[in-house]
Amino acid sequence: MFWRVSIGIAAAQLSYRRRQTIVSTLGVALGVGFFVATSALMSGSEQDMVRRLLDNAPHITIKDEFRAAAPQPVFMAFPEGAVTLSSTKPREYLRGIKNHGAKVEELSQQPGVIAEAALMGQAIVRYASKDASAGIAGIDPEKERFLTTIEDNMREGSLMRLKTSSQGMVIGRGMATRLGLGMDDLATVVSPTGLVRRMKVVGIFRTGNLLLDEGQAYMLIKDAQVLLDKPFIANRIRIKIADPDIAEDIAAQLEARWGYRTESWQEVNRDFLGLFVIRNVITYSIVGAIMAVASFGIFNIISTIVMEKRRDIAILMSMGFRAADIQWIFLVQGVFVGLIGMVLGWGIGLVLLQMLGSVEINVPGLMDTQRLPLAIGFFQFGIGGLFAVSSAVAAAWFPARKAAQVRPVDIIRGAT
Amino acid sequence: MNATAGEVPVIELRGVTRILQEAVPVTLVRDIDLSIRRGEFVSVTGPSGSGKSSLLYLLGLLDLPTKGHVFIDGEDTSGYSVDKLAEVRLAKLGFVFQFHFLLPEFTVLQNVTLPMLRLGRLSESEIHERGMSLLRDFEIDDQAKKRPDQLSGGQRQRVAVARALANDPAVILADEPTGNLDMRNSEIVQGIFADLAAKQGRTVIAVTHDKDFADAAPRNVHLVDGKIDSDTRR
Repeated sequence: MFWRVSIGIAAAQLSYRRRQTIVSTLGVALGVGFFVATSALMSGSEQDMVRRLLDNAPHITIKDEFRAAAPQPVFMAFPEGAVTLSSTKPREYLRGIKNHGAKVEELSQQPGVIAEAALMGQAIVRYASKDASAGIAGIDPEKERFLTTIEDNMREGSLMRLKTSSQGMVIGRGMATRLGLGMDDLATVVSPTGLVRRMKVVGIFRTGNLLLDEGQAYMLIKDAQVLLDKPFIANRIRIKIADPDIAEDIAAQLEARWGYRTESWQEVNRDFLGLFVIRNVITYSIVGAIMAVASFGIFNIISTIVMEKRRDIAILMSMGFRAADIQWIFLVQGVFVGLIGMVLGWGIGLVLLQMLGSVEINVPGLMDTQRLPLAIGFFQFGIGGLFAVSSAVAAAWFPARKAAQVRPVDIIRGAT
Repeated sequence: MNATAGEVPVIELRGVTRILQEAVPVTLVRDIDLSIRRGEFVSVTGPSGSGKSSLLYLLGLLDLPTKGHVFIDGEDTSGYSVDKLAEVRLAKLGFVFQFHFLLPEFTVLQNVTLPMLRLGRLSESEIHERGMSLLRDFEIDDQAKKRPDQLSGGQRQRVAVARALANDPAVILADEPTGNLDMRNSEIVQGIFADLAAKQGRTVIAVTHDKDFADAAPRNVHLVDGKIDSDTRR
């Protein structure tokens, strides 16, 4: 029963200062609305970026190198000793991942895992007296389809045609334009070791990434092995797993087991992921600032009410209301403003999201128009609401305490 | 003192002094000993600044003595917490002030039922009923749905009395209850207070500068300079 009384009194006092109450409620609402919209945009673009990163590249890549040169045996024999060696040279390895076939076999048996042995290298593509240096990727087209988005980005031909034609290769639109190459043209590919092969263009892709479009050529791994003079060798194992979030742990396990440098997508894109953290910090600081301003509004209105309602507070106390009851009444006012602001803010947020969702962006060089990536979830609404109510309660706290400290006799003595 | 043997006074002050700690300390009341029995109707008179209101606030636990003790129903309230004092006020004391002090946003009936809702001893329907019956007692039940600012001064003061009676307190403390009223309303309110003591057996302590009102009370306490000058019964 008492809670209804205090809510009744709180509502009556807020309505007494209706205009200010509405203004401070709107302040909270705007804060919540902008938070919902910006955080949907932020996490939407983050998800979009991560999806691109994940789709364009394998989750884990095992390379035929080691993180650090192997220590000299003398250091292992006397780990505590004062040993110096000078003029040593790291041991030279035969490049390539040892026994890659068995490793790929074993990895592929895990559920949800796609593993592919690949050979990467460099070569020069030459056509009609024009040269372009190209990264060569010797791959398995059937697995590559799942590892990267190359197949989805094919504009002409297909990755699978590599299997059906002899000495075929797939190049990017940029390189094709530069060299004047078209479908089924024969280009000359020169390897660093001097081997020269004639290869047929069986597909042209376009990803939007200049580095790939101008500088990457795909071919069967066996063609790459011949071209680069590395028979039976693979220098990459490319892996896609079911849950990309645990790629880092799995990469660490694989590296511990086989010794080869194993990179997860998180490691490769550490700078990007760090950027997201910064973006989130920025979002939350801006919203925090809006909320702080809104809090001042709430603080202001409730302080005003406390000042102007000192007589009512005094009479309630003389009637037998406890200090805590009075404090509660004013905290309830803060909660009111917070809750109403929250609900209005959700409305504003939905409207803003509608508007943002209808924005079309034309990126120069890309044919298809894009829409802003929005991730709309209960999370943002929940956090926004939490922000609103907690800042409102915090803002109401101080005037409420002040109200509770009113000594009724001071007011009544002054009035009579 | 005034208490007869065997009967516990409803309110008793023993050696109460109240000093306001300002830049220059102001003594409001000094060394007051006063004992009031159940059912007494006491008027408190004295020139302005003699400490009448201060005495009433001390009797009503609104203010705390600088020195001395206030007993309610024989219990020393000196050690009471602020909350405990509020509880005693809620259940045992009812206040009427010179200004009605009604909450302007609430209806007459809501104002009267507030203390009952806070105490929470009755059900909601009982509270509503009791509120209406109190208003009926003072012939203002037809105003129940109105707001205080739509009422006349006399009506408002009657609402304030009804509110003071809400939790059926043993003691009614009134601070110049007729101070703002015209002759006719003054008489009505005065009659109400006399009835509260005579017919309902409540203890009524009223500060007043109205001679008629003071004379209507069987006991009069006269203050001068914060001390009891005379304590007469008729």
